[in-house]
Amino acid sequence: MDKRKIEENIFKILMIFSTSIVVGSLILILVTIFLKGFPALNLDMLIKTPKGGYYLGKEGGILNAILGSIVLGIGATFLALLISLPLVFYLNLYLKKNSRFALLVRFLLDVLWGIPSIVYGAFGFIVMIFLGLQASLLAGIITVALLILPIMSRSIDEVLKMIPFELKEASYALGATKLETALKVVFRQALPGILTSILIAFGRGIGDAASVLFTAGFTDSLPHSLFRPVATLPLAIFFQLGTPFPEVQERGYASAFILTIIILIISIASRILTRRFTRNIVK
Amino acid sequence: MNKRRFKDVFASKLMFLLCVFVLSLAFLMAFGLYQRSKPILAIKSVKELLFSSKWHPTQGQFGLSSFIAGTFWVTAIAMLIAVPLSILTAVFLSEYVPKKVREWIKPVIDLLAGISPVVYGVWGIIAIVPLVRDYLMPFFSEKLPFFPFASDNYTGFTALTGGIVLAVMVFPIIISIVEEVVRSVPFEIREASLALGATKWQTVKYAVLRKARPGIMAAIILGLSRAFGETMAVLMVAGCSLHGFPKSIFDTAYPLPALIANTYGEMMSIPLYDSAVLLAALFLLVVTVLFNMLGWGLLLYVERRES
Amino acid sequence: MEFKTHISVQNLNVFYGKEQALRNITIDIPDKKIIAIIGPSGCGKTTLLKSFNRLIDSVDDIRVSGRVLVDGEDIFDPKTEVTHIRKKMGLLSQSPYPLPMSIYDNVAYGPRIHGLRDKKELDRIVEHYLKESGLWDEVKDRLHTPASRISVGQQQRLCLARGLAVEPEIILADEPTSALDPRSSQRIEQSFLKLKEQYTIIIVTHILRQARRLADYVVFLYCGELIEHGPAEDIFENPKEEMTKEYIKGVIS
Repeated sequence: MDKRKIEENIFKILMIFSTSIVVGSLILILVTIFLKGFPALNLDMLIKTPKGGYYLGKEGGILNAILGSIVLGIGATFLALLISLPLVFYLNLYLKKNSRFALLVRFLLDVLWGIPSIVYGAFGFIVMIFLGLQASLLAGIITVALLILPIMSRSIDEVLKMIPFELKEASYALGATKLETALKVVFRQALPGILTSILIAFGRGIGDAASVLFTAGFTDSLPHSLFRPVATLPLAIFFQLGTPFPEVQERGYASAFILTIIILIISIASRILTRRFTRNIVK
Repeated sequence: MNKRRFKDVFASKLMFLLCVFVLSLAFLMAFGLYQRSKPILAIKSVKELLFSSKWHPTQGQFGLSSFIAGTFWVTAIAMLIAVPLSILTAVFLSEYVPKKVREWIKPVIDLLAGISPVVYGVWGIIAIVPLVRDYLMPFFSEKLPFFPFASDNYTGFTALTGGIVLAVMVFPIIISIVEEVVRSVPFEIREASLALGATKWQTVKYAVLRKARPGIMAAIILGLSRAFGETMAVLMVAGCSLHGFPKSIFDTAYPLPALIANTYGEMMSIPLYDSAVLLAALFLLVVTVLFNMLGWGLLLYVERRES
Repeated sequence: MEFKTHISVQNLNVFYGKEQALRNITIDIPDKKIIAIIGPSGCGKTTLLKSFNRLIDSVDDIRVSGRVLVDGEDIFDPKTEVTHIRKKMGLLSQSPYPLPMSIYDNVAYGPRIHGLRDKKELDRIVEHYLKESGLWDEVKDRLHTPASRISVGQQQRLCLARGLAVEPEIILADEPTSALDPRSSQRIEQSFLKLKEQYTIIIVTHILRQARRLADYVVFLYCGELIEHGPAEDIFENPKEEMTKEYIKGVIS
């Protein structure tokens, strides 16, 4: 019996140790970024665009990147939504529960989710050239939309799966078509959950650098055209850290801090939305 | 056909097309990348491209093996660290921790998944590079000066650094899948084991984890796939120098995704360079798709088996 | 009926959070008899059964007060070793849940986790208890195939063999035949009748006929309260409480 107790206790300690490392890593990351990034933050960074020698240490800010990321993110999320939403509704309302086709689509969505973002970037690059585009906001939007398509679809899928069957039955019983049921009944019920999915996908989209590296280019100006390059926060961080100037690197830390705050806000907001959704669902 | 019915049918046809589009996306990607890799495949054999370590684009040499090796080193280190820690954490969360604590910790771990890879890179530069450079490297090269520790790279930008950062990035995936799979093991199996007088840990070790095994393997495969393809974070901390094969965890590593990312800019100026790089991307695509199919397929099998 | 007490329950109260599942249960369980716990669903029968081997410990938010003495030892005393108590009891659940391993390993699991390593001894135990539960002849050629491959009826007999292999004193059975076909049910019941010579057997059942067939002693629970208990003939022929009468007649179920 003692031997068993000892083994149990050893593993308990190991488990607590592991969990602490995992949770501790997150805390460490947030603390590090905060400690290094916050002091270097100043208002200029947020409201100005880089002038001349920004990357050599001169003035300016990263407004170009902040706005660029937001615009790109919104565009990509919107485009992904245009494809995801009908797709997932189809899977849940038009196909039978055990449909093999639905299984195939879901399986491939999972596989797509696992493809590295650099591959999406490379593919986006090919599409860009094929369409005759330059590195631009539009090319970036298309690439990121493809990148976040799987995660958005799966997320909305989980939401729709939670809608009780009786609700749809009630609608059909009143003579509604599937489309009408989808738009008028299910959509309304699922709305908070869908919003959460949008937020999650958006968060994933703005944080990624590899996909926009080839496709969105980079620029010092604010986003003003779909066909011109656009700056993004992840790339701004990357470039600022790549310079040999400590002041610029400091700004890189501050930019990382800004990006992290944005993502934190999105994560917390989506948590809150999820909680409200699961509370209000009609049973 | 009345108007409502028409709208319904039209919409369903449209949605079906969207499904077909999504289904074909992975193939489109492979096809597109393949088309663009054709120029180099026409001249060089696949064997040379994958196994030669001579990488001199200006001289027309495109051997990718040192990059593939770099990817393996970084990924292997990451998995060695992440897998045991993740499984232990997942088991702890699903078997030992009260519900309320679990509901707090899980979102925290999910937060790790949301952090931008570039931010991970920044953290790596700030926290892990000095750790490796100032503590780990000196310690190991003094006490254990042999493979796989001996190295002459004192910068702190090493395969190990990349592996550590990558491990943290991979935690959330493995933990969330393992936790779900373990919790789905029917409680009656735990009861049966406990009723025979087994301790909690014995029950977990011999009954629960046994049942969850395919799911755990799937989690590892999917984590592996993620580690394999991660670009930015690793690029920023692993050193990325063209030294050749890493022979130590303290050597620099230049993984394949980092190569692809770094060559943007020069890609179009040197003949065949873009083709080689896109071939590398195709390679990544094929490998990760295979891993993913295996992993998700396993999970489907587990799900089927339960019902 | 003269009997020796094997388990003595004294003022047992069990709470799941705010809900009280068992109210003030006091009863003596006789040794080496078949005791049937009867009553409508959801009335605490399973809770009572699982409190005997402290399986209810794993439920979130559970509170227990009172004492349960097995051979004089209070199983709820903080100093007692839970695995030691559980070794004294074998559990047979409603649906058979073979462990995810071979037939052999299932039966050998109990002895192994308690430290037995000798292969010959394990072989002997596996054969002996598979014979006791009537499964040996059907599986002796495929002992190392996964347990999930045999039929449900065979799986339940496997679970019986598995439970007996740790050499308990008491067998706890929770609706042991409700998932089985009539033929398999019959075999399990016959096993019980044979086993009561060596073990105290406590069966939770909602099948009154089964209780009539098997029980020496009957306990009637309703909504967590002990309404009546006594020798089987007394309860079935001459129930004292009104509620018992109604349940036996089938008015309430």
